[in-house]
Amino acid sequence: MTGPAHIFDKPNRYIGKSSPRADAARLLQGRGKFVDDVTLPRMVHAAFLRSPFAHATITAIDTAEAKDAPGVIAIYTGHDLTDHVTPYVGVLTHLKGLRSAPQHPLAVDVARWQGEPVVMVIATSRALAEDACELVEVDYEELPAVVDTETALDADTPVIHPEFGNNLAWERDVVAGDIDAAFAASGVQVIDREFRFGRHTGVTLESRGTLCDFDPSENELTVYYSGQAPHMMQVIFATHLDLPEENVRVISNDVGGSFGIKIHTYGDEIATAAAAKLLKRPVKFIADRFESFVTDIHARDHVIKARIGVTNDGDIVGIDLDDLTGVGPFSMYPRTSAIECNQILNLTGAPYNLDNYRAKGRVVFQNKTLMCQYRGVGHPIAMAVADGLLDDAARAIGMDPVAVRHLNLMADDSYPRASATGMKLDDLSHQKALTKLTDIMDYKGLREKQTEDRKNGIYRGIGFVSMVEVTNPSPMFYGVGGASIASQDGATVRLDAGGALHVASSITEQGQGTNAILAQIAAGVFGVALNRVKVTTGDTKTTPYGGGTWASRGAGIGGEAMLQAAQALKDQVLAVAAVMLQTSADKLDIQDGAVTDPDGTLRLPLADLARTVYYRGNELPNDLNPELIATRHYRVTDFPFVFTNGAMAAHVEVDTATGFIKVLHFWAVEDCGRVINPLLVDEQIRGGVVQGIGGALYEECQYSEDGQMLNATMADYMVPMASEMPDITVAHIETPTKTSVLGAKGAGEAGTGGAPAAILNAVNDALSPLNASIWQMPMTPERVLNAIDAAK
Amino acid sequence: MSRFVDIKLRVNGEDVSATVPSRLNLVDFLRNDLCLTGSHVGCEHGVCGACTVIVDGDSVRGCLMLAAQANRADITTIEGLADNGQSDALQAAFTNRNALQCGFCTPGMLASALGYIDGGGTADRDAIRKHISGNYCRCTGYQSIVDAICDVIEEART
Amino acid sequence: MKAPDFDYLRPANLDAALAMLAEHDGNAVPLAGGQSLMPMMNFRVAAPEVLIDLADVAELRGITRNGDHVRIGAMTRYVQLSKDPIILADVPLIGMALPHIAHDAIRNRGTIGGSLALADPAAEMPALMLALDAAIEVVGANGTRLIKADNFFLSYFETVLEKDELITAVVIPTASNTQSFGFCELTQRHGDYALAGVAVSRTDAKYRIAFFGVADRAVRVAALEDTVGDDLEKALAHLDEIEFTDDGKANAATRQRLAGVALTRALEEMTS
Repeated sequence: MTGPAHIFDKPNRYIGKSSPRADAARLLQGRGKFVDDVTLPRMVHAAFLRSPFAHATITAIDTAEAKDAPGVIAIYTGHDLTDHVTPYVGVLTHLKGLRSAPQHPLAVDVARWQGEPVVMVIATSRALAEDACELVEVDYEELPAVVDTETALDADTPVIHPEFGNNLAWERDVVAGDIDAAFAASGVQVIDREFRFGRHTGVTLESRGTLCDFDPSENELTVYYSGQAPHMMQVIFATHLDLPEENVRVISNDVGGSFGIKIHTYGDEIATAAAAKLLKRPVKFIADRFESFVTDIHARDHVIKARIGVTNDGDIVGIDLDDLTGVGPFSMYPRTSAIECNQILNLTGAPYNLDNYRAKGRVVFQNKTLMCQYRGVGHPIAMAVADGLLDDAARAIGMDPVAVRHLNLMADDSYPRASATGMKLDDLSHQKALTKLTDIMDYKGLREKQTEDRKNGIYRGIGFVSMVEVTNPSPMFYGVGGASIASQDGATVRLDAGGALHVASSITEQGQGTNAILAQIAAGVFGVALNRVKVTTGDTKTTPYGGGTWASRGAGIGGEAMLQAAQALKDQVLAVAAVMLQTSADKLDIQDGAVTDPDGTLRLPLADLARTVYYRGNELPNDLNPELIATRHYRVTDFPFVFTNGAMAAHVEVDTATGFIKVLHFWAVEDCGRVINPLLVDEQIRGGVVQGIGGALYEECQYSEDGQMLNATMADYMVPMASEMPDITVAHIETPTKTSVLGAKGAGEAGTGGAPAAILNAVNDALSPLNASIWQMPMTPERVLNAIDAAK
Repeated sequence: MSRFVDIKLRVNGEDVSATVPSRLNLVDFLRNDLCLTGSHVGCEHGVCGACTVIVDGDSVRGCLMLAAQANRADITTIEGLADNGQSDALQAAFTNRNALQCGFCTPGMLASALGYIDGGGTADRDAIRKHISGNYCRCTGYQSIVDAICDVIEEART
Repeated sequence: MKAPDFDYLRPANLDAALAMLAEHDGNAVPLAGGQSLMPMMNFRVAAPEVLIDLADVAELRGITRNGDHVRIGAMTRYVQLSKDPIILADVPLIGMALPHIAHDAIRNRGTIGGSLALADPAAEMPALMLALDAAIEVVGANGTRLIKADNFFLSYFETVLEKDELITAVVIPTASNTQSFGFCELTQRHGDYALAGVAVSRTDAKYRIAFFGVADRAVRVAALEDTVGDDLEKALAHLDEIEFTDDGKANAATRQRLAGVALTRALEEMTS
């Protein structure tokens, strides 16, 4: 797809410029509006009594004393809500065989993870609601908990949902070529490793929260929602609370980080909405940090046995892997908990020429917090497995990790093509990205220094990853499987009487700079100054219908819709201008807020045109029907996803006495197609890299054998902090996608997807003189020391 | 002896008196009673730094101090820093460097940054990183925040 | 995560504070800086009936040098310690440790007395008191006691402090020319509680070595102290005497190993 050249290269374009965000000032002055900042008249507060056990039968609930406690308005148990909320099941038809049991907002009869909401208390303040929670008496009969994924399918393991017969939620096999024959061929070395990836969670700084207001006179529910997909939530609230869809309004104002956490159906939020409907007044629920740790979706938690075969020349002949993952007691609704495993099966080895590939995935139920899609979904695992194996193989055959990549990466002129698993690939630049990476990091110099350092007992390592990232998903991601999740997005652009643009979009802002890039696109394509664009997002009542911001789709899909809408409005405005100026539209342009000749000579300020249209229509011919508003929608066609690629490198130092790892520097070269705002994209990459480093070195949800999360505080669950994080150098290759005029692909998850592999490889490079290696994340000091000991 | 406490304090240059529950922490008081919602609540156990406000000139965790303890204190929040101009240079630098994404950590980050700058901190990246290492940011990766603080220090010097 | 309700008292002086403490007979908890107590209350793992805020008790403030020792009032905040010329000159070990204790905003409120009374085994302050051979001054209904730091800490969050007693000050011998000090803590992230940490004071050839973050309290090992000057390797074998903590961050073996590394590095710093 191509568009008029003026979109990108005319004098007052904004696409490609590092414009600071217009909304930064608001947040810097404390004028943000997050869910907990909103207070409504007669508002009351919800607190939840949660299961202290990972698995237990609820035999009795006594709320009598709590009901009399100060400030208490109402108390609801699971049974109290069954007449008011229909249960939900997290399955999609295109994930064949995936099964899950009906889930209720509050546990009904059985609690299946520590933290599952059991009783909701509504009181006049959160503190009083918590006080009353302490007075609720619940009798539990503890059941054996399924905690360990590796025994979840054993015959003697208790079955969480007896109707299923075992704890298997989903399985899939992918086979391409003949892996056994490829590995058996002469001159092929097969490297065999077992990878372990700990459970992480998103730790959004603003916890999940909702404020639900019900107006019985209009039968309308308004939900202030901290999240990424307002229209998806509109459908969910309407469906399960028995409301007409149009009577549910979901508003996302400022969202304090999301990363895939706030895009799912959480029982406590649904229960809060039910309480608002039943009480006919606003109810607020803000998860506290403990609740966040035990109820926000977790991610990763994979054990992967994987093999790679390489010839002595370094050619990859194939990859074979077996992924086992535990997803909690239910598949999360509505996106399901099978996607991460599926991504791993689809993406492992996707950057490389690979004829033989075999992957098995099994997703099992367990009595832990539910697992679902968190930033990077499967990518950090797929990349760490493939590139971890590749570097290991390179070491085995004595080959440089950069050389082995150049040898095996798909050629930049080989697209369009498919990966071994049949994923359609186009517009990628693996070779160029790797070359640029080694240039900006001075690879040769680093290697020389590394050799010197080793003589002094300093163990530094350099690690690489070449990666793909799934972005701009088409309807083939969710919609095809029956989910009410929009894959298209809409944009509306309106010229106001004062000559400014009001634009609205169905994609959402969680800090990425969504609103900023929408303004840049609209201003540049239409032809007004950036500060004359006002942006509305995050409200089902006032924006076009669409999916929201997730799966690195906002800029690519929502941005293209905005481009199309701005272009359409420009055409409409020029048609009016042509009549007013008695010329033809193709002899006119719009620049800097005015209709001009193509050379920029002022013909008619937009404000004059708009005022004539709006106030003095009598001056226009009767057969002219000016439309100063345009809406366009866009979805990706022809491809299930638009893949991006990147190459990243980490430089680390391992303290072999303590097992501590210091990341000295990190480099990322990313090809996200057309870069709309380098300032914002670079920060997306950096933030993503740091989240990836968190997963590689620090973050893990630790569980006891009976399913208790042991580190559910911010002091114990370690997130990356400033002191230990490296400076991160970011560079770009720009290969615009041909699926849109804008040419933008996603960038938001690249860092998180790639960094863990690069860190892993760097650590193993550092440890290589000791013949030690580590294959488990997070790479804690103890695990590093164990790896070093094991090599002794 | 009472489960409510009368307090008088100064918040962003204005005198405030209130009767507060003894258990009410400072940040909840600022947010809910005074509608100063710029300070954020991130963990309520003193780790994340989102609630950091300035009490008698020192940066303090708003979730680890009772409103009752703030009797006679002089408190400045992110709103006050904007109104009195103290955060002007930081605001400009944070904007130019895109040193915020979701903005939830920003109030605490500004308070900590100001503490560093006003304490005579230099444009030493490691020192700045150490200083802000009690403030969690999930979005930026921190580099842009360090850049922004360096910018303010270097601009003040020239 | 809101604290349970309590009565808040703010005594004007030490006598009033002690009277309140006695009156509530074990149901009252003194509030110093609150940097550990408040999180415990917010999590509802601590639920005192009464909080006695010591902020106005003037007797608990101030840093003075009296001949061969320094007296630090219990309500002295970390930030005050870090700027105090007496501390920097006469108790340099505290100055060495302070940058490792949490973060600015915590140091601006946290107090030395609060930390000692809490007796968190991962905290730096108890170990510093052990290494410095400090005494902890305690006042209660039965008068004033001066308790050697060695005898003060019993176990996790447990001290010899009676429920009607308050820590009023710590008394630390002034550093002499023949003394040198070392400090090292191993944390994955700056300001975190240590996986293992150590505070060392050496007077001529005599060592006081206190580990923290490794066991149920800050600990010294006599045999290790006696031998460390001669043979570090051999001395480290005496770490076996410590019952090391085993938790999600590190198991006992790792902690023992890291304690050895911390000591080795602290000693290296002292000689370099």
